[in-house]
Amino acid sequence: MANFFDRMLGRNREGSASTAKQRLQFVLVHDRINLPPEKLKEMKAEILAVISKYVAVAQEEVDIALQQRDHNNLLVAEIPFSKSLVQDPDEDETPIDKFKADSDQPQTS
Amino acid sequence: MAANQMRGKVVTITSGKGGVGKTTTTANLGVALARLDQKVVVVDTDIGLRNLDVIMGLENRIVYDLVDVVEGRSKLKQALIKHKQLPELYLIPAAQTRDKTAVSPQDMIQITNELRKEFDFIILDSPAGIERGFRNALAPADEVLIVTNPEVSAVRDADRIIGLIEAQNKGPAKLILNRVKMDMVKRGEMLSPTDVTDILAIKLIGIIPEDELVVSASNNGIPVTLNETSKAGMAYRNIARRLMGESVPFMPLESNTGFFQRLAKLFTGD
Ligand SMILES: Nc1ncnc2c1ncn2[C@@H]1O[C@H](COP(=O)(O)OP(=O)(O)OP(=O)(O)O)[C@@H](O)[C@H]1O
Ligand SMILES: [Mg+2]
Repeated sequence: MANFFDRMLGRNREGSASTAKQRLQFVLVHDRINLPPEKLKEMKAEILAVISKYVAVAQEEVDIALQQRDHNNLLVAEIPFSKSLVQDPDEDETPIDKFKADSDQPQTS
Repeated sequence: MAANQMRGKVVTITSGKGGVGKTTTTANLGVALARLDQKVVVVDTDIGLRNLDVIMGLENRIVYDLVDVVEGRSKLKQALIKHKQLPELYLIPAAQTRDKTAVSPQDMIQITNELRKEFDFIILDSPAGIERGFRNALAPADEVLIVTNPEVSAVRDADRIIGLIEAQNKGPAKLILNRVKMDMVKRGEMLSPTDVTDILAIKLIGIIPEDELVVSASNNGIPVTLNETSKAGMAYRNIARRLMGESVPFMPLESNTGFFQRLAKLFTGD
């Protein structure tokens, strides 16, 4: 509906208003949870470090971001596993080795 | 005590950021509601920065103020100043010489409970900020109206206030977007009402256009609502009707006619 009215008004979508809107959405998400952007970066790095202890993560494809749905704020994470995970089980210290070591199964390799 | 056995409704006008139009809004809603035959008292809770009296043109009639009432130097009735043209409209001025701590949230609850017996609407003009004065104005509120301007800093502060209001279980607050310049919105150089409600996720109760007549009105001490030709005045009259439960469509902010106007009426009516 908003877009509809913008079009009706012949509104310029490149103006500074859309920059204002984007900047506000960014800053408010951080204001609301009282977590500044730099802290969020640290938190993401820690989360990834923990997950990487257990599984190989495709680092380049990770997407962890704050989102707003009405007045609820969420941390939405998309953390794909590395495709190489199943391909080289012999490599030292791969998450798979770690998993095996942690399990109750006797080592068979 | 049961709120429903009491007559009056306490409406708090607040904003977070200063200078966005709280006092202008309080004065105009007071006038507009009084013209709808409501018995109204507007209360200046901005202790130390008295302003509502001059906007209403009542500065010469002040004898007692809010702090005099709180500290027992005056009865509540003695601090009520009657408006010149509107016999159903009263003002309780703020103290000019005292600091914010002279009044507590509990004091405000007590005073407004007294006022509820006499008045249909008790409108509290909150000071800017999130300190004591804001908490004083929020404590007795039945309804909270947040005034903001379509600018990043004002919207950000409004969001902060919304959070605090919700934390006090005083929400959901409603939004008054003041000083909208429709030509700028059209050019994409000003946040639109929908932009702001998207960002803040609260309901709009009014859109006030930027209007030079607001300034002349404050020069004269005659709230702009009394000027029938003013667009801002019209917008305030619409808010007053919405406060009384009427469903009033948002007026088009520009003087174009026909298709868009009809559409806007269709879609933005609440
Ligand atoms: N719609 C409008 N069009 C033009 N000028 C306006 C409008 N609304 C408010 N103003 C002007 O903006 C200024 C600030 O308004 P006002 O005093 O009501 O703000 P406030 O939020 O009460 O400020 P404070 O936080 O200092 O109490 C005044 O000079 C007023 O005339
Ligand atoms: Mg003010």
